[in-house]
Amino acid sequence: MADADSERVDSLVDELLETHPPADTGNEKFWGAQYDLGLAWVWHPEGYGGLDLARKHQSTINRRLQEAGASTENRLDNIIGIGMGAGVLVTHGTESQKQRWLRPMFTTEEIWCQLFSEPGAGSDLAGLATRAVQDGDEWVVNGQKVWTTLAQVAKWGMLVARTDPTAVKHQGLTYFIIDMEGPGVEVRPLYQITGEAEFNEVFFEDARVPDSNRIDEVGAGWRVSLTTLMNERVAIGGTATPRGSGAIAGAVQAWEKSGLDDPVLRDELLRLWAEAEASRLTNLRAIEMASLGTPGPEGSTGKLDWANLNKEITSFTLDLLGLEGTLYPGGYQLKPPDYESLTPQRAFLRSRANSIEGGTSEIMMNIIGERVLGLPGEPRVDKDVPWTEVPRG
Amino acid sequence: MAETPVTYAESDELELIRSTARQFLTDRLSLEVVRELMMSEDGFERGLWKEIANLGWAGLIISEEHGGAGYGFTELSVVLEEMGRLVTPGPFFASSVLATTAIQEFATEEEKADLLPGMASGETIATLALFETPRGWDLADLDCVATRDGAGWSIDGMKRHVLDGHLADKIVVAAAMDGGVGLFVVDSDATGVTVDQSEVLDPTRRQAEVGLDSVRVEDAALLGGGAVDGRLATVLALGTVALAAEQVGGAQRCLEMSVEHARTRYQFGRAIGSYQAIKHRCAEMLLKVEHAKSAAYHAARTTGDDDELAVAAPLAGSMCSEAYLWAAGETIQIHGGIGFTWEHDAHLYLKRAKSSALLLGDPRYQRSLLGDALGL
Ligand SMILES: Cc1cc2nc3c(=O)[nH]c(=O)nc-3n(C[C@H](O)[C@H](O)[C@H](O)COP(=O)(O)OP(=O)(O)OC[C@H]3O[C@@H](n4cnc5c(N)ncnc54)[C@H](O)[C@@H]3O)c2cc1C
Repeated sequence: MADADSERVDSLVDELLETHPPADTGNEKFWGAQYDLGLAWVWHPEGYGGLDLARKHQSTINRRLQEAGASTENRLDNIIGIGMGAGVLVTHGTESQKQRWLRPMFTTEEIWCQLFSEPGAGSDLAGLATRAVQDGDEWVVNGQKVWTTLAQVAKWGMLVARTDPTAVKHQGLTYFIIDMEGPGVEVRPLYQITGEAEFNEVFFEDARVPDSNRIDEVGAGWRVSLTTLMNERVAIGGTATPRGSGAIAGAVQAWEKSGLDDPVLRDELLRLWAEAEASRLTNLRAIEMASLGTPGPEGSTGKLDWANLNKEITSFTLDLLGLEGTLYPGGYQLKPPDYESLTPQRAFLRSRANSIEGGTSEIMMNIIGERVLGLPGEPRVDKDVPWTEVPRG
Repeated sequence: MAETPVTYAESDELELIRSTARQFLTDRLSLEVVRELMMSEDGFERGLWKEIANLGWAGLIISEEHGGAGYGFTELSVVLEEMGRLVTPGPFFASSVLATTAIQEFATEEEKADLLPGMASGETIATLALFETPRGWDLADLDCVATRDGAGWSIDGMKRHVLDGHLADKIVVAAAMDGGVGLFVVDSDATGVTVDQSEVLDPTRRQAEVGLDSVRVEDAALLGGGAVDGRLATVLALGTVALAAEQVGGAQRCLEMSVEHARTRYQFGRAIGSYQAIKHRCAEMLLKVEHAKSAAYHAARTTGDDDELAVAAPLAGSMCSEAYLWAAGETIQIHGGIGFTWEHDAHLYLKRAKSSALLLGDPRYQRSLLGDALGL
């Protein structure tokens, strides 16, 4: 059965490459054709860019496309849309929402962003305060979001807003897709410790969203948010990567370039190599178990792992560079992000976000402790009271 | 870099081996029994070894033509993982893993036919005598020497940390000889052989010092008829892979004990597992145990491929040693005072963890092997 699936995938990839030779096809056109053949995200249903197959086939497709010289950059350029938005639309969207948004998302004609975090609500996302009030067949949005990656170039934003402040906090939320280019939406860059602005502040002043852009029911915003976060954590942790790739490649490169043979540094390099390899193998095991329909605890640790390791490895890489590690080639220029030239120094700084973005490591450990190991939660003061009565600060 | 596709899902057969092992070990070698054995003179009983042999475990990885079950490292790992959960004592690791591996790797057909059936049936217990100095895991510069003596050999030297040497009928001794290192099969009751049990950190895994004073053996005692040298590394790597599986079982059990205690112990009116200092430690333990499993399972599934084994074995050796030791240590901490008592089981795991982390090369040594294999 699995073999028939692989053959089907293979012959569709052949067809795509034959009808749209990467060398003479523009990226957007190529990605459009890829979507139409169901090769965009194979695990999603047919008709929506997928084939209803196991997730693992996607790595084969991506590898084959890369080998044939086709770009898979769209996955990075529209990382929020492709990594999280697609899953949300497939799971919760109406037929017309899927038809309207999925294809241009995949082709990067329309970039997406995620409007969740607020100054007063980060880890405690359900405590958010941005309001949406219904006005006929539109909703009027007021409030502020923060840390919004890609908002500066986004066409669409996945917005969670409070529609019923008197309800218990998880119940008064609704999920919308908002036009980032519409009136009442203002995006201001926020510079991060690398000097770049990957993320932004977003202000809403009487911004209007048609009710047809509402995802799922009024009051179902928390449920849809969870789908988003689940997709995010899979996108961050759960892809099969080759041995020695990622942050550890940078450390190995620095070691080889240095010509050092210091036994202490070597041991540390190998310790990190072993950690990275064990993490990678855990990921492979998780992917296999998930594809068999028996996900175990091995699937819950990827995001946490990846964050810890990236921080340790990129820091160690600067140790290997010695005094060169004190330089910052290119300087701090307060500009949009440049993903092309990730120097070890910039990688070191950027990795600090890994244990914050997409759920902090503390929150991930709470989740593992409570959901996987079955340990009791903490006493909570925000349960069973209307959102308006929850302490904030 | 060579990478063998690996499948982690357990077949029905593996699951059967696992459930049989768990059943037998909980019935016959529960921790109460382990505690009795641990305080006994020999640390194990021949009768129990017979039972283990009757299950087919003594010859688990011995080929069928020599009376064994003919299984590979995947099946072996499952049994060892289960043994690790209950810090099972006895000569399984020494005889059915280390000595068996060495004999299968180096012996001639005749030697195999001579040695293996007895080991598979439980008649004979064998062990491997390799180390002499505290950090001499690379077996360089052995003091123990074998010299030509007529048609046979005469062996002189002192071997330390010989696992279950006091129970062994046959001791496979690594000795320097003309042209390298040879492995010699010596009867433990031969003239000139002295076996003294050592006092050990982990009383569930015994060791002995084996002295050899002009011990005469026949020419046929030399496994494979010549020096083994570099290929000894493969035997040590396979031993490391097997030990890693046992470490995974112990670490997993530590996680279970810790989580259980964190759920049921109340202080300040709350289960201690609701405090993040404890909850997060448990989460971290899960992470480390899962990493250890990944490394061990991968290694067990690549034992046929020497290049990959050279990477996978020290990877598993270092990861599993560190994970188990950390988990066992944190288990005591999570239990508080009770965890430091003789009565509580936590110390059995700590002792097994620390001792296992040193048996075939500590994590730093394993990592230096890893670096050599990776060319780093
Ligand atoms: C690079 C980057 C990109 C981002 N992109 C986006 C984006 O595109 N869209 C978006 O919506 N958001 C985005 N975020 C925001 C991110 O999701 C939040 O920063 C994150 O959820 C943490 O929220 P916070 O910053 O308010 O910190 P807080 O929640 O205030 O946390 C502060 C500290 O308290 C700890 N803490 C909080 N609650 C608990 C608890 N219950 N138990 C233990 N410790 C706790 C945290 O772990 C942390 O250490 C991005 C963040 C970064 C760094």
